[in-house]
Amino acid sequence: MNFAVPNLYAVAPEIFLLGAVLAILVVDLFLSDGRRHVSYWLTQAALAGAFLVTLGTSEYKSVHTFSNMVVDDQLADLLKLCCYLSVSLVLFYSRDYLSDRGLFRGEFFVLALFGLLGMMFMISANNLLILYLGLEVMSLAMYAMIALRRDSRPAVEAAMKYFVLGALASGLLLYGMSMIYGATGSLDLNKIAYAIFARQANGMVLVFGLVFLVSGIAFKLGAVPYHMWVPDVYQGAPTAVTLFIGSAPKIAAFAFVIRLLVFGLQPVVGEWHMMLVILAVLSMVIGNLTAIAQTNLKRMLAYSTIANMGFMLLGVLAGNPQGYSAALFYTVAYVLATLASFGMILLLSRQGFEAEELDDLKGLNDRSPWYAFVMLLVMFSLAGIPPTIGFYAKLQVISAVVNIGYIWLAVVAVVASLIGAFYYLRVIKLMYFDRAADQAPILARGDSRVLLSLNGLALLGLGILPGGLMYVCTRALEMSF
Amino acid sequence: MTAYLLSLTIWVPIAFGVLVLALGRGGNAQLGRLLALVGSLAGFAVAVPLYSGFNAGTSAMQFVELTPWIPAFNINYHLGVDGISVLFVLLNSFVTVLVVWAGWEVIKDKTAQYMAAFLIMSGLINGVFAAVDAMLFYVFFEAMLIPMYLIIGVWGGPNRVYAALKFFLYTLLGSLLMLVALLYLYRVSGGSFELARYYQVPLSMTAQVLLFIAFFLAFAVKVPMWPVHTWLPDAHVEAPTGGSVVLAAITLKIGAYGFLRFILPIVPDASHYLAGFVITLSLIAVVYIGLVALVQTDMKKLIAYSSIAHMGFVTLGFFIFSPLGMEGGLVQMLSHGFVSAAMFLCVGVMYDRMHSRMIADYGGVVNVMPKFAAFFMLFAMANAGLPATSGFVGEFMVILAAVKFNFWIALAAATTLITGAAYTLWMYKRVIFGDISNPQVSEMSDLSRREFWLLAVVALCVLGMGLYPAPFTEVMHTSVRDLLEHAAKSKLL
Repeated sequence: MNFAVPNLYAVAPEIFLLGAVLAILVVDLFLSDGRRHVSYWLTQAALAGAFLVTLGTSEYKSVHTFSNMVVDDQLADLLKLCCYLSVSLVLFYSRDYLSDRGLFRGEFFVLALFGLLGMMFMISANNLLILYLGLEVMSLAMYAMIALRRDSRPAVEAAMKYFVLGALASGLLLYGMSMIYGATGSLDLNKIAYAIFARQANGMVLVFGLVFLVSGIAFKLGAVPYHMWVPDVYQGAPTAVTLFIGSAPKIAAFAFVIRLLVFGLQPVVGEWHMMLVILAVLSMVIGNLTAIAQTNLKRMLAYSTIANMGFMLLGVLAGNPQGYSAALFYTVAYVLATLASFGMILLLSRQGFEAEELDDLKGLNDRSPWYAFVMLLVMFSLAGIPPTIGFYAKLQVISAVVNIGYIWLAVVAVVASLIGAFYYLRVIKLMYFDRAADQAPILARGDSRVLLSLNGLALLGLGILPGGLMYVCTRALEMSF
Repeated sequence: MTAYLLSLTIWVPIAFGVLVLALGRGGNAQLGRLLALVGSLAGFAVAVPLYSGFNAGTSAMQFVELTPWIPAFNINYHLGVDGISVLFVLLNSFVTVLVVWAGWEVIKDKTAQYMAAFLIMSGLINGVFAAVDAMLFYVFFEAMLIPMYLIIGVWGGPNRVYAALKFFLYTLLGSLLMLVALLYLYRVSGGSFELARYYQVPLSMTAQVLLFIAFFLAFAVKVPMWPVHTWLPDAHVEAPTGGSVVLAAITLKIGAYGFLRFILPIVPDASHYLAGFVITLSLIAVVYIGLVALVQTDMKKLIAYSSIAHMGFVTLGFFIFSPLGMEGGLVQMLSHGFVSAAMFLCVGVMYDRMHSRMIADYGGVVNVMPKFAAFFMLFAMANAGLPATSGFVGEFMVILAAVKFNFWIALAAATTLITGAAYTLWMYKRVIFGDISNPQVSEMSDLSRREFWLLAVVALCVLGMGLYPAPFTEVMHTSVRDLLEHAAKSKLL
């Protein structure tokens, strides 16, 4: 029997991270509660190490390994690097929050890293099973993280809701995948694409499968009408976990969409295109409209996420490389803004006080002009007002739909962002125009303050000079096809 | 040096704004004020060579700077001014000095942030006038909203939150549609955001009309034209004095400037086709809004409505498509920049003493503030369009052009000479003359030295422009003629 050793070089980051997680898991067992910072720093080191390994093993050409089940290309490398950065920032921002609430434990770090591992599989998958596997690894870690605060009713409720609905979505996905397998005879994304291209697939079964797949994807993205879980989970989960869920998994979800719909199902773009149009329009309009009515900042940001995912889909549905790179840029810009927005909630929270109501931001400009300014940048970036990065993100996706001749969709998108501007402006109104109800000084560690400031300034800096990031996004996609 | 003049007019105020924010916090308010004054003067100083070094004999863009900015979209950092825009860069830099000066002692809360907001906005507005790349224009055009939103909301009157939000959303609605229009043009022009290229792109009538609507909404809201003017009275009334001055003197001009830079040359056929529509709206603004101004009880609201009426003249002048009308509109824009700024400064002077904008609260001010009353008289006359003031020149040119175009339109427009005089002078009479009925008025002190020189400088400008407008019209002459020639050529497919 001929047994070839797979090319392990291409999966070096995954192997490294897995080893690191297991090591941290064991080390943490032997640490007393007072020395948890050791596992915290080990986690940060693991992320830094994975960053270096990914950079070091990055190659210009795409490498397939494990019988073509896993692919290591430029897109995968870029997305993984973004994931490491965002998980690392999540840990920096949430350190105080976690220790104040007794969550500064090894479980949190290990679960976060396992979740990251799942994302990396999703990003590198070239096979339906690997995609599914990665998704489940990520989701299971997140279910557990939400429920980590087991004495909090909202958190447990959120975890249950997420788990039940998540399982349903996974079921839909699996069912869709089985139909695709039935129609094309393969689980390999390249072979699926080839089979459809060569008209060897049963069209009826294929389209049925596609409907289930798109539903599953929409659920994971939180697109309307599969969005019901998003606000409850965002609000119920401890803010540190919300920050985690809102950031890196969005990058993985983008990878999931691209791998599945573009690498696997590009030949039926005509079929999934219309489905995404409907999802995008509903998400943008309903997400933004519902956000207006919210009084809880986390819940408002959850609806904002829904709307933003709708905008991201605009890029994907354009069905051409320009659109995909627009969607990639959008995802990166969105994750950057989300990190800063939830980072700000964590910064303002303290022992026994969650700064998660909108009113908690009142008069922030009197308390700290600098952080009010950072939050101002975040809000304008989410609203898509220049000169912040959010504007170029919106510009690119809208340009992508204009280029395929969908002027009406572009008009819907700008009207939706006008509606969105209303509630982002309200946050700024609270910070700048209202008097502070709460005069407590802002206590946070130096590192998270500095990083949060840099994060906010990055929104402005990349807004003034967005060319570099656009180039990186376009190039990563070009080289992966 | 001259190669970077335009960049300097944009970035010098912004850099000083950031400096003021960084150094003028807390107890250092005085340092912040000084830095702001230095910054605004420096901004004006770098704008002056634009005028003195300007070649009025050509309509081509001058002081051009071209650097690739976002290569992926072929967006360039492309700046340049012609005879139309150079005057507005100058006006804006000048008004910024006035605003900093006017807010010197008055703004006590968060002084540094106030000054910085104005400086940064000044730089962004210069960017709007200097941008020759459509996307660069758009970025400045939108970014400008941020400081204005904060100025109205933080330092404004009692109803400031509503006014600030209304201002922002109204303008955003228009500009977002313009974004779609720009992206459409980007597509049909083969991937370019250069305005000069858009001027050459042939377009079908349907496309032109749709583009016209998108651009028109963006700029008509800014002008503002009836019926999308309702944000202006709110914003003006609630904004602090400096905010009202910049709104009236500068941001309204951006709307009218957009007509000249975008609508007329990019969609000339639609512009001719829809000229009647625009002229009708302009006449409604002139006649109806003039009457609305008559019944106002709030001074700032009255001036706000008079601004709308005056801007109606500007758009009327543009859509007659004659050199005289267009130059008249431009002169009216500049003159209105000075006069409305002066009017708001005058109301600000009274407001600082009485904390009321209501006409009914005043009366007999001349008895306690004779110097102020003299200045206010001059500006009121200019607002009413008295000959020898700047207000007269523009209105007269537009009416003259309108007579040649259509007598009845001219007649309707000319009623402004009556209504304008009526609402301005009636307000003046009620506020300044008569007996002192309110005891608080008798405690008002006359102009301080700062206020005196502030108003004196503006008065000089108003009189100078009224007596000898040639320095302004000569600069714009060639550019206006060229623009009209271009707008007369059909671009239909």
